[in-house]
Amino acid sequence: MKRNIMLAAAALLTVGTIQAQAATTITGAGATFPYPVYSQWAHDYHKVTGVKLNYQAIGSGGGIKQIKAKTVDFGASDAPMTPEAMDKVGLMQFPMIMGGVVPVVHVKGIHAGDLKLTASELADIYMGKITKWNDVRIRATNPGVRLPRKSITVVHRSDGSGTTWIFTNYLSKVSGEWKTKIGNDKSVAWPVGVGGKGNQGVAAFVGKINGSIGYVEYAYALQNHMASVKLKNHYGNFVAPTAANFQSAAAGADWANANGYYMVLTNQPGATSWPITGASFILMYKSQAHPAQGKAVLKFLDWSYRNGAKSAMKLDYVPMPKAVIKMVEKTWSSELRNKSGRAIWK
Amino acid sequence: MNRVQRAVAGDTLFRGITRGFAGGIIVLFATLIIMLWQQALPSIHAFGFGFLIDSSWNPVTNQFGAWIPIFGTLFSTFLALLFAIPLSLGIALFLAELAPTWMRAPFGTAIELLAAIPSIVYGMWGLFVLSPLLADYLQPWLQDHIGGPLFLGAPMGIGMLTAGMILALMIIPFIASVTRDVFLMVPQQLKEAAYGLGCTTWEVVRDVMIPYGKKGIAGAVFLGMGRALGETMAVTFVIGNAYHLSWSLLAPGNSIASTLANEFTEADSDLYLSSLIELGLVLFLITFIVLAIAQWWLRPRKMGADQ
Repeated sequence: MKRNIMLAAAALLTVGTIQAQAATTITGAGATFPYPVYSQWAHDYHKVTGVKLNYQAIGSGGGIKQIKAKTVDFGASDAPMTPEAMDKVGLMQFPMIMGGVVPVVHVKGIHAGDLKLTASELADIYMGKITKWNDVRIRATNPGVRLPRKSITVVHRSDGSGTTWIFTNYLSKVSGEWKTKIGNDKSVAWPVGVGGKGNQGVAAFVGKINGSIGYVEYAYALQNHMASVKLKNHYGNFVAPTAANFQSAAAGADWANANGYYMVLTNQPGATSWPITGASFILMYKSQAHPAQGKAVLKFLDWSYRNGAKSAMKLDYVPMPKAVIKMVEKTWSSELRNKSGRAIWK
Repeated sequence: MNRVQRAVAGDTLFRGITRGFAGGIIVLFATLIIMLWQQALPSIHAFGFGFLIDSSWNPVTNQFGAWIPIFGTLFSTFLALLFAIPLSLGIALFLAELAPTWMRAPFGTAIELLAAIPSIVYGMWGLFVLSPLLADYLQPWLQDHIGGPLFLGAPMGIGMLTAGMILALMIIPFIASVTRDVFLMVPQQLKEAAYGLGCTTWEVVRDVMIPYGKKGIAGAVFLGMGRALGETMAVTFVIGNAYHLSWSLLAPGNSIASTLANEFTEADSDLYLSSLIELGLVLFLITFIVLAIAQWWLRPRKMGADQ
């Protein structure tokens, strides 16, 4: 009898420690694109609350795989999952942060903002149809810019990536031929070019190869002082990649009517909207096996929504608008349940 | 139990333990193949033998074929051997035969140290130092002065040629140091007899040392080849990672190992993942076949049965 009590006490103690641990460390895995801002938030949050975030930036596909395997508390992906795919496994998603994908070039004498491209020119460069920098069409778009008679080297990602998903989503929207021949995915069968691993890989190739064009996350373009390109947006204006122009693209998005927050921010309306904007998503199970852990994640995300905007903008990301945050948190309380069906948020 | 019995028991126990260790290798090997095969089954069922010769690789339509990575692996390895064999032979000859004695030890050590550099360092050096030099000087020169189908395309500095050169650099220490040891084993009497007949150094090398060390040199080459076939990070940096089939040395390509390094983490459909695993199986088999041929060729034979 005495022994049984001891065992029970030991069991209780273990449960107690597990729960205490649950509240001090939360785990996530996925997209590399929001990694800098997530780790900034985690750092600040840790200082305030003592709760640690262990976030593995293994890529969007990896994040989806890990959350499906239930090895992490939340997954993160730059490519939204379709509502059907989520329903199959009981996942839910919501947008956390936004940013832009930026075409960058390495052509002698061309600096950031010097070169302008239309959507169809960008698509045709990546299709391998425009092969020289002094192509008639590029010259017509850029009167007064001296363009060399040099071959264009296309640089793309060699690994699967949410950045590629956003970029090819844009190309599929603006070019029927791209849509039918290549398509929209995290990695595609590129008709031309060389592949660099990660944003750094693409940045390194573009930096090394004279006459190249690539696409990277905005932060990488800024940090590496790369020559970004102005793109013609849906409205017909040539716009530069700036945080304000990402914001403009995000502003028009109708999140309220996006089923399962499935929303892609490419080619949005608006006079100054940057056309290749995207949101990064968090994935969680609707039915939380460890509600305390799930709640700790939500607390962190809620704190980041409320207090993280400034640090996000400092890192050149676009924070979610207040109205969307309100909507997301309402979804938390209506969709996230513990095993007995009680809401775990509020 | 007396002393002798104890000793015998100890021996038996020791034999059992070591046998267990050795057997573990076989078990590990078999498990590896079985696991790879099992996980590759969906792709084997979907594509059959066509997988090996199909040159499409399209994650969007879920159509996968291994020919471009297989070709890239073999082509880059071939280039690496093409550069590395003559260079290594030269280094080995110099160190074993021609260099002044005081030079041999430091030079030999330096060559061996090259093998200790992590491959990612070779990759970064290839991307940041070698490839701009190639793009600016060597590749335009090759196009202007030689041309032809081997040197088509924009001189980017990355591609098959760069991959071959980096791989060559990585396998030279293996080939060179083994070959040097082989040359050092050539009996002094044989060489002196040849010199005594009035042979020049070159004739001694060509007619005595190389024929004598033939087998050892071949072994060194196979060792280097095994490394080149599976090299991952260094190649990923400089090969260009593109699914293009081209004989041009300047064109980007892909090898099996670099494909795996690039795409494994993000392969989210089952068929995609399974195709990558089948690629791994193919690489495993290629390396296995190469090493098996080497073993067979280098098997110990009776003296005189060599020719």
